[in-house]
Amino acid sequence: MSTTLDDSAPTAARLPAKAYRSTKVRRQRVKAAWLFLAPMLVVLAMVAGWPLLRTFYFSFTDASLSDLSDILFIGLENYLVYDDGRWYGVLADPIWWRSVWNTFYFAIVSVSLEVVFGVIVALILNAEFKGRTFVRAAVLIPWAIPTIVSAQMWAWMLNDQFGIINEILMALGIIGDPIAWTADAAYSMWAVIMVDVWKTTPFVALLALAAMQMLPKDCYEAAEVDGIHPVKVFFKVTLPLITPALMVAVIFRLLDALRVFDVIYVLTSNSTSTMSMSIYARQQLVEFQDVGYGSAASTLLFLIIALATIAYLYLGRKQLNLGGDA
Amino acid sequence: MTSRQFNKLATRIGFWLLVAFVTIIAVFPFYYAVITSFTPSSDLFRIELWPSTWSLANYVQVFTQKSFLQAIFNSILIATSVVFIALLLGITASYALGRVRFRGRTTVLLVILGVSMFPQVAVLSGLFEVIRALNLYNNPGGLILSYTIFTLPFTVWVLTTFMRQLPMELEEAAIMDGATPWVTITKVFLPLMWPAMATTGLLAFIAAWNEFLFALTFTLTDSQRTVPVAIALLSGGSAYELPWGPIMAASVVVTVPLVVLVIIFQRRIVSGLTAGAVKG
Repeated sequence: MSTTLDDSAPTAARLPAKAYRSTKVRRQRVKAAWLFLAPMLVVLAMVAGWPLLRTFYFSFTDASLSDLSDILFIGLENYLVYDDGRWYGVLADPIWWRSVWNTFYFAIVSVSLEVVFGVIVALILNAEFKGRTFVRAAVLIPWAIPTIVSAQMWAWMLNDQFGIINEILMALGIIGDPIAWTADAAYSMWAVIMVDVWKTTPFVALLALAAMQMLPKDCYEAAEVDGIHPVKVFFKVTLPLITPALMVAVIFRLLDALRVFDVIYVLTSNSTSTMSMSIYARQQLVEFQDVGYGSAASTLLFLIIALATIAYLYLGRKQLNLGGDA
Repeated sequence: MTSRQFNKLATRIGFWLLVAFVTIIAVFPFYYAVITSFTPSSDLFRIELWPSTWSLANYVQVFTQKSFLQAIFNSILIATSVVFIALLLGITASYALGRVRFRGRTTVLLVILGVSMFPQVAVLSGLFEVIRALNLYNNPGGLILSYTIFTLPFTVWVLTTFMRQLPMELEEAAIMDGATPWVTITKVFLPLMWPAMATTGLLAFIAAWNEFLFALTFTLTDSQRTVPVAIALLSGGSAYELPWGPIMAASVVVTVPLVVLVIIFQRRIVSGLTAGAVKG
């Protein structure tokens, strides 16, 4: 990551001395560069920058979805207000805090599981065996399936009456009665996590595999000659060397998991036991038409994710610097 | 058998069991969806790994629904346009970011990275207003515009990485011959960038094809829905009698092309993903 961001000139941009001395060519290139960037920057400003600012603004107003032009500035009332002996606003809403907790619980548990399983799958794919290409293609299938479709597929397999999962577990004697996986608050979060882990482990596995394939072969040969146990080799050699790549995979996955919407929406709808921050904000915005309040939740979500990212980048700075060279 | 040989054999068996386990976990849910889609609704209460009667009824039901065909058409239209726009804007931007040294380059890269990390919900209300102002609500145009928020940063990022790896001699020659930057892009870089563009285009297509939140929020009527929304909203009389057969048939229809594409292009996709993540 850092290699791209550091401002030393890329090799290609170091032009031959002769051409570079000619300031006319150089100025022309810089001008052209901005011209080429302009359309992209305009589009990003239109779909990201400006809407984000408007969301911040709406969060201080009483805007409603039916009419966004007639709005009143109400300060921090959407966030927190004390009125007649009671606190109101997003920050005083236990359901909001429940959704914050759910989101972090979901993100941390599912990303951890994905890293563990992803590394195991990558180790398998990194070994030489017959049918490796086939297994690699098979492992990619969950990743290729749209999230909505995988959520529906699992919803069907987890169905309380006709689902195959209950059938298998009952046949094996693990459970006595069918479980309502997606409806029962005790299990629904685990159902969501399971579907997400199934779908995104291939992504982590691919990144881990790419890192493993770049490792030098000679230390493995040396380890084999010395008769060191493969498990020890993994923990002492492979894991430390692929950690930078894993850190990058983890941040991509965490950012994705913290904004989770579709898996949860399809599997468990608006149930509070699995509600994520995105579901909460969208419900306020679209279903309750309360743009002001929903925007306040969106703004908080944005701030929480930004803070989590900064904290993660700060803590993992060393590893990410190495990650750039991987 | 010595204990050493025994250990070796046990390791081999263990390894193959693990391979089999991973493969089954990866493939089984999709296999089961395919099986379900061919099972007549009346047989769905029986759980079978291989249907005793095969039926196309679920597919007939899905394809005779006009709204589903319309959703497929919308998805193709939207995903293709998004890919086209992302590549067009991405290739010029990545030339600027990958080949030219100028002040503010780092800032632009940081902005792009920042946008790619955006939670989509954070722009939902603002984007809703923009889309309404442009008169694009409940219209494929609104989705095409909004999907650039996640396809464009990704495309630019990956193409920039690829653009940098091209040797500088190529460009030197063009500059010596007095070629303008535009000519350099179209005549020198474009022919070399096709593989990278195919990869990023494919990934952008998949992302746009699968998107759900914007599609759910910025469309209203069945005729404007995209495939994921159509599948999520397929429902029967009540929550307890969801039409699982047709849902699985529709799921299989929209997933098979993606699975085939991913398997054909798996090498390319892996290189695109790793360029975007590891090297990015």
